[in-house]
Amino acid sequence: MKILVCISKTPDTTAKIAFTDNNTKFAQDGVQWIINPYDEWYALVRAIELKEKDAGTIIHLVTAGAADAEPIIRKALALGGDEAIRINTDSHDSYYIAAQIAEVAKQGGYDLVFTGKETIDYNGSSIGGMVAELLNLPYVSLATKFELNGTTATITREIEGGEEVCEVSLPVAVSCQKGMAEARIPNMRGIMAARTKPLKVVEPAAIDALTSIVSFELPPAKAGVKLVSPDTPEELVRLLHEEAKII
Amino acid sequence: MSVLIFIDQAEGHIKKSSLEALTYGAELAVQLGTNAEGIVLGEVKDDLTALGKQGVKKIQHVNNSALNHLDAQVYTKAIAEAVAATGAKVVVFSHNLSGKAIAPRLSAKLKAAMVAGAVGLPNTSGGFVVKKNVFSGKAFANISLNTDIKIISLNPNSFHITNGDGVAEVVSQNFATGVSPKIKVTAVNKVTGEVPLSEAELVVSAGRGLKGPENWGMIEEMAHLLHAATACSRAVADAGWRPHHEHVGQTGLAIAPNLYIAIGISGAIQHLAGVNRSKVIVVINKDPEAPFFKAADYGIVGDAFDVVPKMNAAIKKMKGL
Repeated sequence: MKILVCISKTPDTTAKIAFTDNNTKFAQDGVQWIINPYDEWYALVRAIELKEKDAGTIIHLVTAGAADAEPIIRKALALGGDEAIRINTDSHDSYYIAAQIAEVAKQGGYDLVFTGKETIDYNGSSIGGMVAELLNLPYVSLATKFELNGTTATITREIEGGEEVCEVSLPVAVSCQKGMAEARIPNMRGIMAARTKPLKVVEPAAIDALTSIVSFELPPAKAGVKLVSPDTPEELVRLLHEEAKII
Repeated sequence: MSVLIFIDQAEGHIKKSSLEALTYGAELAVQLGTNAEGIVLGEVKDDLTALGKQGVKKIQHVNNSALNHLDAQVYTKAIAEAVAATGAKVVVFSHNLSGKAIAPRLSAKLKAAMVAGAVGLPNTSGGFVVKKNVFSGKAFANISLNTDIKIISLNPNSFHITNGDGVAEVVSQNFATGVSPKIKVTAVNKVTGEVPLSEAELVVSAGRGLKGPENWGMIEEMAHLLHAATACSRAVADAGWRPHHEHVGQTGLAIAPNLYIAIGISGAIQHLAGVNRSKVIVVINKDPEAPFFKAADYGIVGDAFDVVPKMNAAIKKMKGL
């Protein structure tokens, strides 16, 4: 069993969101970078759990990023995973990244490709589906549970107002969300081991991005909260009905 | 040059988010001076000619039971065949659960530029630029789509639904015939009798401030009175007070209702990431320093156990109940 887990580097959830260069670039000054939480908590940890059940499982991590992505990939290796591949490129667009990952995946012969459900910066939810298409794999998105019996995966995925259970034969690509696994913290043994795990750097394939960012903008500032006295909650109901016209 | 809209069904019924995508696609076609057509996959129970109300003239329908459940690979193949058959230059999806599975596949298959999570119609003066949410609702990006065929997936609840008196012509098609889905759905577990949170226009949500699961009666009553869905904070779901599918926030569901009422939730940044696209936010919290008030439109600094029953009484009175 070989699993490929796609890892993305994102600004910390609490990072201040601001833009530079005439609002065309994200302002990186003072920003803490983390493993995209969905990639880490759900995709990677579920892969590690599968390895804990079946020691023959091999986990490879892949990320597309410049050298500054290495602390993130080392942290992922500290959680688990056998080796990592960094595609030495700056981010362009989802298709560009997905096509780079697909090139790496084609050479690995993976039974499972795991991604997080989306990144917390671009919120596209796109990479998993694109990689699946480029590899001609079935794709189960927004999975909340994943079980393996031999070469058949039983996967629970979210639907509007509930969940459905489906079965699919490997190989398959899965995007992972809450429910797949519980977040872990790397332990000292993992951190020490990660230092010597292989981290291979490959150069990007010649692929054209399909989109470009024209500009970023911040939402208009809220006018400020209109406070109603706790003695007159009926006034709040009136405002929602007559002023906001929403109930 | 036409616009093709993917219309999503669940158990034979057209999803509300698809009606938004349909209206969006029809208005985009008018903007581009072309026609809009819809595509429906699988058996349906609803009257497809009624989709003309949202402004499309024609619906391509693949009435094939093998397509009743989502298999993104097969759906993508069918939609790609529809794109070829109709000569569509723009394909519109809802950025709902199915759209997230299919639209990126279609983008990769056709090498067509895609914007995921659009919040409005494109700017087509001199290009094709679409605004989308980024940084979990904290900013927008204007994305230029630089290929001949373009794909837009529209954020749910960010576009109106028109209800005109058009009648659509339904054309039977056999796209992706003979391709068997690899994904076999073996069970569907729906939470019945409630408004699905992801599609709800009004949401009543509560947090640890309620002190225990036994106190949710007044929250459910408010949701019932407003025809709203109920939601909760992560702490509440983790404590097992409420089911996990009610959890909104960064790790739970991200929602964008017209009204979000947060009761006894402090408003940590992780929670805000899931709800900050709500159009109107109401916060009820006894701590005046709760960070949620900074993101709110209306608020009451007060005790939920006192305020909520009084609000419920006022809503009943307003509705004549």
